[in-house]
Amino acid sequence: MSSGSNTQGSNRTGRYYNYAYLDEQTKRMIRRTILKALAIPGYQVPFGSREMPVPYGWGTGGIQLTAAIIGPDDVYKCIDQGADDTTNAVSIRRFFAQVADVAVTEETAEATIIQTRHRIPEKPLKEGQILVFQVPQPEPLRGLEPRETETRAMHAYEEYGLQYVSLYESVSAYGYIANTVGYPTMIEERYLMSPSPIPKFDNPKLGDNEAILLFGAGREKRIYAVPPYTRVRSLDFEDYPFETQTWEENCALCGAEDSYLDEVILDDAGERMFVCSDSCFCAERRASGHVGTMGDHALAHLEGGPPAVASPVAEPA
Amino acid sequence: MNAMAQNAHKAIEATPLLRVDGLTKWYGHVVGCRDVSFEIRPGEVLGIVGESGSGKTTVLNCISGRLPPSAGQVEFDTSRFGPADIYGLSEPDRRRMQREEWGFVHQNPRDGLRMRASGGANVAEPLMNLGGRHYGKMRAATIEWLERVELDIGRIDDKPRHFSGGMQQRIQVARNLIHGPRLVFMDEPTGGLDVSVQARLLDLLRELVRDLGLAVIIVTHDMAVARLMADRLMVMKSGYVVETGLTDQVLDDPQHPYSQLLVSSVLQI
Repeated sequence: MSSGSNTQGSNRTGRYYNYAYLDEQTKRMIRRTILKALAIPGYQVPFGSREMPVPYGWGTGGIQLTAAIIGPDDVYKCIDQGADDTTNAVSIRRFFAQVADVAVTEETAEATIIQTRHRIPEKPLKEGQILVFQVPQPEPLRGLEPRETETRAMHAYEEYGLQYVSLYESVSAYGYIANTVGYPTMIEERYLMSPSPIPKFDNPKLGDNEAILLFGAGREKRIYAVPPYTRVRSLDFEDYPFETQTWEENCALCGAEDSYLDEVILDDAGERMFVCSDSCFCAERRASGHVGTMGDHALAHLEGGPPAVASPVAEPA
Repeated sequence: MNAMAQNAHKAIEATPLLRVDGLTKWYGHVVGCRDVSFEIRPGEVLGIVGESGSGKTTVLNCISGRLPPSAGQVEFDTSRFGPADIYGLSEPDRRRMQREEWGFVHQNPRDGLRMRASGGANVAEPLMNLGGRHYGKMRAATIEWLERVELDIGRIDDKPRHFSGGMQQRIQVARNLIHGPRLVFMDEPTGGLDVSVQARLLDLLRELVRDLGLAVIIVTHDMAVARLMADRLMVMKSGYVVETGLTDQVLDDPQHPYSQLLVSSVLQI
């Protein structure tokens, strides 16, 4: 690197990659993009997305965002569908432990950077935390308008009537707004934004959040952001207001009434259970004594108790 | 004075809705259209006829704000700014005017409809574009319009591809009229349809146009369509307008040799 100061620890001997995998110029470019995205909430800022060591669709946008903002003092958490223990989450977490020397955690409150796919953690985020979303399709209008030139003009001129067509179709087909993921939102009453495929259950958490919300789409080469304390409105009709999902049951393991539940099929006879999708939230509740109807199920033991306190991962050989 | 003459009188007195002056379009060295000028008043139906390649569609695209001309002016009597050069307006203003005050019926309904959205949503979309946020009201308006264009209400939520060509065209007509435009552009609206469907669609269009007092600019190569729909005709050849006049006058007593050829080459049964 001829110009720019390197991130601390980037020149350690024995490292085959630059600190946090990306080179310093790329990280600088991404940081500038992030600043622009934060300055215009909800606006999709193009950036020079790089090839990453995972395929498109596995979180390349999110990984690049994390790589650009991470430092050795950060505590990193990665979730996929709310869970810390899924393959994708585990390998991305291991990746950053290896290339960025950061402490990793499964504890939402301890993390400074949380990379996520499909969920916002149940526990409210605090100032100083950054939530990084992996986004497959940043353009909320794409399903209805295939031309990029046209969707850009629609954003520029605030022509968002088209987005209501998808809601209209849903009401006419199901009698209510049945869209459940990637539910379109309006940021500060200016930019229409796809919240990435989070369930609409999480949409209310986008608004007025204390944390910084960053969205990265690697294949589509777009970064956008919702800064802290931003107004976010989920679109709806006057006669069909926005509603989040509800469940008739509580979490079978921890008994939570207010968390997002996953349905788990237990056998071929139709036996099933509903459990919190946020594994950290569920484990914490169980540790503090909450028990659901199937609290002694093997799944609870499989996940173990509350996650261990953050500890740096062993140095790579 | 009978009703028709009264209407004609009113039309003459009204200020022009659209005024086109010296419109010229070059595609590189190829002429699209040369020095086209005309006016259209509220409630008037203007037909543009000519063989293929004569510049009809170029003119239509230029005056509907879809293709910037090389020279000349297109002035529309906008409700927000009064008479204004449409290419002098800022892009958001022009797009808003197109949404609010115009309709455009394409020859191929696939160009004018969103094939992934249902027929009902296609018809309701202009209302949503203009700020409609009440599902029930928009649904009612959609049903009313589908009835007006004689479509089966039971199929309101089918995708356009499940409708026949004539039905798709009627959905497109409803979609372009539901928001109460003042000027509608039609590019061969009966183009790909068989003769009986053509006749019904023409009948419907004629009725709607008269009921709503719309101004329409219709491009066609079909003299029968021109005769049925248009009050006035503009005959084009090689990019030039060679003859203009009242429809019956042009068709019954063509002056220009090309118009004579065009009229005489209509197949008789």
